[in-house]
Amino acid sequence: MADTQLALTAHLFRRAGFGATRADLEAQAVRPYEDVVEDLLHPERFPEPADDVLFRYYPQMTTPDTPGAWAGRWVYRMVNTERPLEEKMALFWHHVFATAWYKGEHQPSMTDQIQMFRTHGLGDLRSLLVELSRDPAMLNWLDNCENHKDSPNENFGRELLELFSMGLGNYDETDVKMAGRAFTGWTFEQPIPLYPHGQYPARFVYRAEDHDDSEKTFLGHQGRFNGEDIIEIIAGQEATARFIARHLYNFFVADEPQVPAWSVQAPEDAAAVDELARTFLDSGGEMREVMRTLLNSDYFKGARFARVKSPVEFVAGVLKLSGALSRPGPLLGSLQGALGAMGQKLMDPPSVEGWHTGKEWIDGGTLLERVNFAIDQLKDPDGAAAAEAARLLAAGGSPLPAEALVDGCLDLAGPLEASEETRAALLEAAAANGVSEGERVARMLTLVVSTPEYQFA
Amino acid sequence: MTTNGSSTDPVLVIIQLTGGLDFMNTLIPYAEGVYYDARPHVAIPQDQVLPLNEQLAFHPAASRLKELFEAGDVAVVQGIGYPNSSRSHFRGMDIWHTCEPDTVATEGWVAKLVAELDPKSERPLTAVSFGRGLPRACAAPGVTVTSIGDLDSYGLMTGSERQQEHDQHLDLFRRMYTPAVGAGTVMDYLGRTGRDVLAGADLLAEVPGRYNGTVEWGTNPIASALRDVARVHTAGMGTRVFYTQHAGYDYHSHQPGNHDRLLGELCGAISDFLQDLRNQNAADNVAVLVFTEFGRRIRDNGSGTDHGSGGGAYIIGERVQGGLYAEYPSVKPADWLNEEDLKHTIDFRGIYGTMLEQWMGVDAQPIVGGTFEQVRPFKEPAT
Repeated sequence: MADTQLALTAHLFRRAGFGATRADLEAQAVRPYEDVVEDLLHPERFPEPADDVLFRYYPQMTTPDTPGAWAGRWVYRMVNTERPLEEKMALFWHHVFATAWYKGEHQPSMTDQIQMFRTHGLGDLRSLLVELSRDPAMLNWLDNCENHKDSPNENFGRELLELFSMGLGNYDETDVKMAGRAFTGWTFEQPIPLYPHGQYPARFVYRAEDHDDSEKTFLGHQGRFNGEDIIEIIAGQEATARFIARHLYNFFVADEPQVPAWSVQAPEDAAAVDELARTFLDSGGEMREVMRTLLNSDYFKGARFARVKSPVEFVAGVLKLSGALSRPGPLLGSLQGALGAMGQKLMDPPSVEGWHTGKEWIDGGTLLERVNFAIDQLKDPDGAAAAEAARLLAAGGSPLPAEALVDGCLDLAGPLEASEETRAALLEAAAANGVSEGERVARMLTLVVSTPEYQFA
Repeated sequence: MTTNGSSTDPVLVIIQLTGGLDFMNTLIPYAEGVYYDARPHVAIPQDQVLPLNEQLAFHPAASRLKELFEAGDVAVVQGIGYPNSSRSHFRGMDIWHTCEPDTVATEGWVAKLVAELDPKSERPLTAVSFGRGLPRACAAPGVTVTSIGDLDSYGLMTGSERQQEHDQHLDLFRRMYTPAVGAGTVMDYLGRTGRDVLAGADLLAEVPGRYNGTVEWGTNPIASALRDVARVHTAGMGTRVFYTQHAGYDYHSHQPGNHDRLLGELCGAISDFLQDLRNQNAADNVAVLVFTEFGRRIRDNGSGTDHGSGGGAYIIGERVQGGLYAEYPSVKPADWLNEEDLKHTIDFRGIYGTMLEQWMGVDAQPIVGGTFEQVRPFKEPAT
């Protein structure tokens, strides 16, 4: 059985980040848990990830209009950042405010949106929603740039209520129309055309002459509401607190039913969602406060392996283990394709509802992609992962006894808690002879990341 | 020689159009002035439509569907929908997937059909879904639907280079994915998925080599998907249900260009698909069902159309009795639902029922949760 504090710390870093190296885990596990959480909640205590190293290795990575390169850069950042929760919150908001590249095919806007999530992700929801409503990628994605005084387009207004704050069942069709009208005139400046110089960032503009300034009734309030007024009202709603709490629970604690079910299906752990919602309301929607409550809670600490890893968590975790991304490499350019095959193309979710999570990540096709990816990353007996594992396990003897090899690799990859069936299968593989020690270790690592247990975070 | 094996069991090919295909701009009420008044930005001029009769015409981008229609291979179900249509894509698609308009269900109608066809879940290729991720329609506990992203590289642990090692690893994989009783529902699901992947991969590895098609397929997602359906079907893998998706129909803005392109790709792919099967003598047991989660608003919004209700479905195949089915929703403003939408004239569960009972030969009631009016789009009952 793995050391308890180490296992808890590993859990914290899988959830509030993208895993940790063994050395980092050992260093953090001797500190008080609450102190480690405070560091996670305060990314500003640590330096920003050094992006310039990417430019040095891969000048083409600076090209702003290649989504694959930017997705690779994001994964690189997830694996290497000293501010893991900042990156995890960016991914969380990308889930909730799902915006896809495929509609506008304008990568600078997508990149800017993710950066905005990093900046505001642990701040208050009100500011985040205002930023979101001014975000060119979002304005284009939900057609608010087509939302005019004389011909309102309610798409953004509807999803703001249904998917970004309150959830279905907490407002009516009139509220949707009013919210839509309040955001008329919120649009962006068309970027300079793609050709011949590539793409440039888009910029929010407010066109007062295209804004419907008439009297509106929204959720029982009355006034000549503009977009900020609508957000002010939304952000203080209990429905919003509960909706965000449920999202946080599903993303950070344990798998929940999917969003469309929330209007009719109660949370699995109602007390936990209540507590998160209360923290949200008491703090005026401060996400840092809500996350502090969450990460220090018993239901969080006890939820080890209660979630299916998302493809991004899976890939980043494998790469953290393999060491392959500790420096930029050609692998970066292939990651978006690999993630897409596993069902999570970064910055390109299938729809505004975002990705379905939990067991819906897994089907025959995506499971196969996960297993094949992980094996490819860890199979090299001369690779960094096998070398590091061999070094860490060397004290167990040479050749390593089968049990030491199996338990050592399970420990390094988690620590994972393997079922008897899994452990028995691994022990059989570990007994194989006629191969070098490096090969034995590499093969064991590939089998460990192929286990059903490794699919859980 | 037929490559269709000995199977003559009916096969259902489902094409899901994601985003909400605009029914009014697919089957166009071109004789109605109100159509042109309500849609100044997206209406198709009378001199460009492809008339079927004095009232209705196909959109010009649907020319290849019209060819099939004229050959008698297409049944258009007009005005399909359900009461209190949801304008949410997700809720709307959920309702179509689960046949539960009032509560949120997790079991899909296709999965329930698969449970009828393969009750002991012994044949992982009974249903195959192409594309990343399994749609909810195909999901239910204990039901296997094989999900294929890329047919040509489908296989497990393709990274192990030596055959002996590969075989050993597959064996270990099978054992690890056989979880103990009581391991939990997600672990059970994961285990079963893993074992099904192994079984399906063994079978599918043979498919690409067996394909003899000569049709020149388009290079777009729906053409690729239907080509994969044709390859698996003609390889005789015993697949009874194929599920494919074609996305991008949510044109709140810039509708004309997007709708034209998507509709053209879709109709071309369907036509190529039928031709490919005919060339290989494998068409007569196949019916295609095309659906979308909702139609769109009657009035355009200046550039596109917003979410509406009252859509259309299309049943296509050699055994189809071509024609128009159910009623086109009234376009008279007095009849508009909530003063802005087409009122549906037939419940989508009746169309599922049509396919389930008249084509697949299974009882529809337990799958769609009730008895709903059906249409009669087939020349003869399925055997």
